Amino acid sequence: MDQVVLARAFFGTSLAFHIIYATLGIGLSFMVFLSELLHNWRKDRDYALMAKRWTKSMGILLGVAIPSGTIVAIQLSLLWPGFMKIVGQVISVPFEIEIFAFFLEALALSIYVYAADRLSPYMRVIAVFLVAVGATASAVLITSANTWMNTPAGFDMKPDGTIYHVNPWKAFFNPSFVDTAYHVVISALMTGAFAVVSAAAYRLLKSGREEEAIHRKALILGLVTAFITSFFTIFTGHDSAQNLHRYTPEKLAAAEGLFETTKYAPIVIGGFVDQKEQTVKYGIEIPYFLSFLAGNRFDTEVKGLNEFPRDTWPPAYVHTLFNVMVGIGILLFVVTAYSLYYWWKKARAGKPFPRWLLWGLAYSGPVSMLGIEVGWIFSCSGRQPWTIYGFQRTTEAATKAGNLGGLYILFSLVYLMLSVMVAVVLISYFKRNPLRKDLDLLKHVGVKPHGSTH
Amino acid sequence: MVQPIEPSIAILLVWLLLYIYSIAGSVDFGASFWAMVYADKNTRAGRIANRFLSPTWEVTNTVLVLLVVAFVGFFPKAAYILGTVLLVPVSIILLLIAIRSAFMVFAYSVEGYQKALRIISGLTGLFVPALLISALPVTEGGFVRRLADREILLFDKWLSSPSVYLYMLFGLTSELFLSSLFLADYSRESSDDEAYRLYRKIALIFGPVTILVAVLTLYFSKPEAQWLLLGLSRQKEWFALSIIAFLIAYVSLWWKDGRPRVAVVFVAIQYALATFAYGVAHLPYIVYPFMTVNEAFTNIDTFYSLLKVFAVGLALLLPGFLVFWRFFLKDKRYLQKS
Repeated sequence: MDQVVLARAFFGTSLAFHIIYATLGIGLSFMVFLSELLHNWRKDRDYALMAKRWTKSMGILLGVAIPSGTIVAIQLSLLWPGFMKIVGQVISVPFEIEIFAFFLEALALSIYVYAADRLSPYMRVIAVFLVAVGATASAVLITSANTWMNTPAGFDMKPDGTIYHVNPWKAFFNPSFVDTAYHVVISALMTGAFAVVSAAAYRLLKSGREEEAIHRKALILGLVTAFITSFFTIFTGHDSAQNLHRYTPEKLAAAEGLFETTKYAPIVIGGFVDQKEQTVKYGIEIPYFLSFLAGNRFDTEVKGLNEFPRDTWPPAYVHTLFNVMVGIGILLFVVTAYSLYYWWKKARAGKPFPRWLLWGLAYSGPVSMLGIEVGWIFSCSGRQPWTIYGFQRTTEAATKAGNLGGLYILFSLVYLMLSVMVAVVLISYFKRNPLRKDLDLLKHVGVKPHGSTH
Repeated sequence: MVQPIEPSIAILLVWLLLYIYSIAGSVDFGASFWAMVYADKNTRAGRIANRFLSPTWEVTNTVLVLLVVAFVGFFPKAAYILGTVLLVPVSIILLLIAIRSAFMVFAYSVEGYQKALRIISGLTGLFVPALLISALPVTEGGFVRRLADREILLFDKWLSSPSVYLYMLFGLTSELFLSSLFLADYSRESSDDEAYRLYRKIALIFGPVTILVAVLTLYFSKPEAQWLLLGLSRQKEWFALSIIAFLIAYVSLWWKDGRPRVAVVFVAIQYALATFAYGVAHLPYIVYPFMTVNEAFTNIDTFYSLLKVFAVGLALLLPGFLVFWRFFLKDKRYLQKS
């Protein structure tokens, strides 16, 4: 592999690995916060039990989230020194604020977990709320740096690469920041909700009647949250697409396989883009809709790839990534809406959910995570060949140091090992501490669900 | 023309963060090493180490990221050189940190393999400070060669230099000294006399050993670092004060049954003075002889934004740190939990 591709593959793997844990860190802490709220509002101990068990999984996941986040943060300087040279001068502010969000999350989480028995119920809710705030703020700040790469602002560059006219806050609030940050946060909350839906649906399929009540409560809490967040994920995704139209039109053109600039542009679903023949093969074409999507009017003029120099076209496969991302978003929303409708009409009266639906819901968590991964890959591949759109090519950003191949293999093996171990540790922990054990404790001894976790 | 003061403020802040992390990181990694050593032989000392680690390791880890982010933000051009040159060693450190943290968390949650997990997290953690400090001699000259388009690390020379190994040894002994001293104080705070006596004994051994290794490290400096030795010799007073602080700390451990809190404070002063003196001697270079502090300095508007964020962030989080400290380093209900 050539050096730049290798650096991209290496960093992409690190990010793909970290994103799983970072996303769940936001999503699950928010779910814990919701169940703590419900526990205090409804005085229903089942919700406290849920919070306790989800917190335990969060604690295990954080064992990987924190070191993998450290890896990503430092690897930026190792693999993209050319990029960080500009970042350091222009957009280091969000990185620094992010550290304080990271501190907030770490402090609040330790207090929530290890001082749980010394906190009043309301202090506990506040603690877990601060965990969610810290995790969310981290995501927002990193998104600021990422959107700045897509729509750079707040500086000028001389032909020799010297940076001048720097305005760090203009860089921070670059044109695509607000929309994208909204989309990133909402989709992370959605993924946390679907993680809960998945686990609850799976347990409903597998466990006996005595546990049914609590799993149903978890499922409904998850579904309601997922319904709202998946709706807003689509909504904000739409805003992000319009942003592409405004600021990086070649990315939208590549995503939709549009070559000629035109009004009344059609949208193509599925198929493969052939950049040589300038067509989309085997896709389903819906006339007029790309224009409508881009500007809310059918006569919106959408720029085609031919407007741009051939060597700045994003790769053809971003069309597929875009389709998968949008497809997953819509599918999840539809399934969630149907499940809630079913619950409202039938299941509320005591009728169980059909098994096929539960099986479908059991897969919603992993599918949602896949959507997140594909979305990020789309965002970053669609920016190629640029690292900083219009300013720095990826070839200029990448490290020139040798030894990348061996390190890439080594890191991939460690990521693989940690992923397997997380799964094993989670499964073995919850096998050793089944829900029944917690329920019995509640029933017979009346212990508070929030003891010390260790 | 008056020399701009901003680069000096920036490098002072970076050294300050480096100092904080070298202390906090040493205590953190050292504690997980002691938790491993005393996993079953002496359960109380092991339990004390784990009780300290559980809530604190994430916060300590964040300081490392803060240090790196501040360095890249204040001195992006130096980060460019060091990022290229240190790709392999820093990557190995990152892998060790990842394995150490993950295994430590896993060890809390599984039964059966706990011992193996603790041994791995204890050992990987032990070597992190030693490897981190081995980056210092790289900035002192002699290990980096400039090619037409990039700088490279002279691996063979780096790996075969006695000076580098002495630095590593200094990192290692400092880690064991600082962590045992801190845990002695933590045991005292927890009214655990048995653990206190054990950690005090270890600290009494590693204190003088660390001083000895530090002297040897300077003595065996490589020829390329003569400029630094010259600079260091101009800071004699600071080093003398640092040694005095160490002696006060050491004596306080013998005062009646020992005053570990006094010892911790004076050892912190000892390292602060030494770090400051080293930092001053290192000026004006960040990476000798390729880059000075002024050349590496960031855009000045970015510098002021970073400074503001720094001040506001610390002010906002200060109550959080205080609450944290009271919950886990002060509250008897936590410290004496069986």
